[in-house]
Amino acid sequence: MRWLTLWLCLLSLPATAQEERRSFGDAAAPVRLLVRSTTDIAVFGPVIDAYLATRPGLAVDYEQWGSNALFDLSLADCSADRAGADVVISSGVHQMVQLVNNACAAPHVSSQTTALPAALRWRDELWGITREAAVMAYNRDLVPAGEVPLTRFDLLDLLRPPDSRYAGRVATYDVEASGLGYLFAFSDAREATTFGALLESLGRTGAVATCCSAEIIAGVAEGTYLIAYNVLGSYAQVAAQADPRIGIVLPQDYTLVLSRALMIPKQAVHRQQAAALLDFLLSDAGRDVLTDVLLINPLTDKASAEERAPVSETALRPIGLSPALIVALDQQKRAQFIRRWRENFSRDVRP
Amino acid sequence: MNSHIPRWQMSLVARVALAVALLLAVGGVLVSVAAFAYGRQAAQDAYDRLLVGAAADIAASISVDGGNLVVDLPVSAFQLLALAPDDRIAYRVTGPTGAVLTGYGDLPDPPETAGASPAFYDAAFSGEPARYAAITRRFAERNISGPVEVIVGQTLRARRALALDITRRALVLLAGAGVLMSLLAVFVVRSALRPLDRLAEAVAQRDPYDLTPIRAPVPREAEAMVGALNGFMGRIDQQVRAMRGLISDTAHQLRTPVAALRAQADLVAGEPDGARRDAIVTRIHRRTVDLGHLLDQMLSRALVIHRAESQRRETVDLRDAALEVVEAGDFALTAPGVEIRLIIGEDAVPVLGDLLSLTEAAKNLLGNAVKHGAAPVRVGASVAGGQALLWVEDGGSGPAPEYITRLGSRFAHDSVSRGDGSGLGLAIAAAVAQAYGGALALERVETGFRAALVLPLAEGAS
Repeated sequence: MRWLTLWLCLLSLPATAQEERRSFGDAAAPVRLLVRSTTDIAVFGPVIDAYLATRPGLAVDYEQWGSNALFDLSLADCSADRAGADVVISSGVHQMVQLVNNACAAPHVSSQTTALPAALRWRDELWGITREAAVMAYNRDLVPAGEVPLTRFDLLDLLRPPDSRYAGRVATYDVEASGLGYLFAFSDAREATTFGALLESLGRTGAVATCCSAEIIAGVAEGTYLIAYNVLGSYAQVAAQADPRIGIVLPQDYTLVLSRALMIPKQAVHRQQAAALLDFLLSDAGRDVLTDVLLINPLTDKASAEERAPVSETALRPIGLSPALIVALDQQKRAQFIRRWRENFSRDVRP
Repeated sequence: MNSHIPRWQMSLVARVALAVALLLAVGGVLVSVAAFAYGRQAAQDAYDRLLVGAAADIAASISVDGGNLVVDLPVSAFQLLALAPDDRIAYRVTGPTGAVLTGYGDLPDPPETAGASPAFYDAAFSGEPARYAAITRRFAERNISGPVEVIVGQTLRARRALALDITRRALVLLAGAGVLMSLLAVFVVRSALRPLDRLAEAVAQRDPYDLTPIRAPVPREAEAMVGALNGFMGRIDQQVRAMRGLISDTAHQLRTPVAALRAQADLVAGEPDGARRDAIVTRIHRRTVDLGHLLDQMLSRALVIHRAESQRRETVDLRDAALEVVEAGDFALTAPGVEIRLIIGEDAVPVLGDLLSLTEAAKNLLGNAVKHGAAPVRVGASVAGGQALLWVEDGGSGPAPEYITRLGSRFAHDSVSRGDGSGLGLAIAAAVAQAYGGALALERVETGFRAALVLPLAEGAS
């Protein structure tokens, strides 16, 4: 495990601390559940509130982390056998799979967990609790309806002309800074040969790689970026509900579908309460709340007012919780992948 | 009849059922153990192949880039390993210098003894038992030379699940086979025991007075039993016949003398003349003596015949019987002064029979000889023509030939009418001889008349 900590120390300098923290529930509650998550507090807050409504005497301390930092911290807690979070929820599911593979998780079996499809459950130690698409967001004002890319090929076509006005105004996650961005890019690379061309086009046209969903979406709304590639649909939709300038497309060639993974660390102090939270999130009531905050996405293009056929089922590519994701975190594999990425994005790294 | 069977005696069906159950239980345990062993081995083999496949996949992905070894970890290798969906995966690639190229640096090394490639070994992976496969790929490049070791490991959940699954399937099959075998056993036992049931039914349905042999077909195993039963019934039949004969004889033989006594007693009552009355009384006395003698003989005959038929047969030396007859000296009462000579040889004359019955038969013959024959009277035992003889001779001419020919009948009326009972004595002797598989031979010989019990020699008797 030495190598993992090593490269984390080297690579994830900007995100070594929690980004935000909030406490939910009675301040004097006897049991305080520590949840560490990559999900924005603003998005996940209503879910915690709904849960605590059924649980008097319980409070939740919610910490929002970047996925790489959260992975680093959880791994450190695990190797040091130190009590950290009671619940870890991350969109970097490959990192979660790695944590479980390193024997850092506690098992839990209930009627809720066994009802999950096999792809959303691994070893009864890791569970997928959400259903979110990786989408393209665009600025409705600045991107004409006829140019809205419906597939990755459309995006490639937009970037092809030497004088393309999209050059330098397409944003995507920085695969080094964002665990989720890396996972999406890695999945893209596995999914289709388009990825190579896309990477080349993005790099050639000086696309922007940045770290965080909120930043990218805000950039799209303000017109800094015309198109954001591979952003998390849930955030984009939340933003689009509030801001009519944001349009959303689920790529019709294929759409990656992510399920945020939840894990109960082996060293968790409140294991039973953690399991109860998990069961709540998997229950009908929990799913309803998650659907309300768009973490469970109906996967129809509701947010955009345009009449557009929903993505067909066969185009959906769920990122299952499988040990095959361990490959994504292999240090050589990751180094090669990032080197390839860097080679393309070398001209303009920072926004 | 059932009430005579002791309670603890287990029925044949119960015995067979117990045996079959025991067989199934022991066999079941053995097969279960074997099935589990087989299941474990099969699961081991199947998942070991996955490990080797993944390791080979990874080894093939290693390339040399300049002076460095590059491992482009193939997703397919992990998808292969993910066929064991709930198992954690351990992997490590080490270069020729022993430096870890990628993977978990803290994995257990393969045992030193495992020289082969691939080598399999069991070791822990973060506190959970796991199975590892190690394969070696040798590089001979300008900058890189030596073995590159790829270790792939996996926890054991899928193996255990498969082993259990195989075992469970085998056990389900086994249970089915067990049920089938039990049903078959029931069928087989029933059909095997059916002849016995038939026999029991035949015996139960018999008239209680029917003593004829059982003719129902029985399997060979039950033949001895049925044979014994038939023999037993045969003996009972014989004894019942003998008893009937005895009663019939007794009634027949006593009726006449008793009627005569009554007539003479009537005469005495009506006889005024004292001298004639005395004569009648004397006659009555003589008649009662004869009657007593007759009764003795009849009882003796009943006893002898009964013994001959019921007593266990032993090897008897006929010389002993002859000696016994002479030494008993019964004849001294009826014929005092008659000299009896005993003629026996050096060698034993063995027969299978009852000493008392044979002696009684010989005494009857001797009694006849003393009474009716003439001196010299001789008693002897000898072997002649492969047969044993117990004989009595006298110097007389014997009874009339027609009398001898009539001896076949059960009792001789003449003897009764004559009131001396000599015919009865011959009948006793004949019955005894027949009981032991022989015959009574009456014949004239050079020196007079001989009555002999001719019996088969006992074989192998010392």
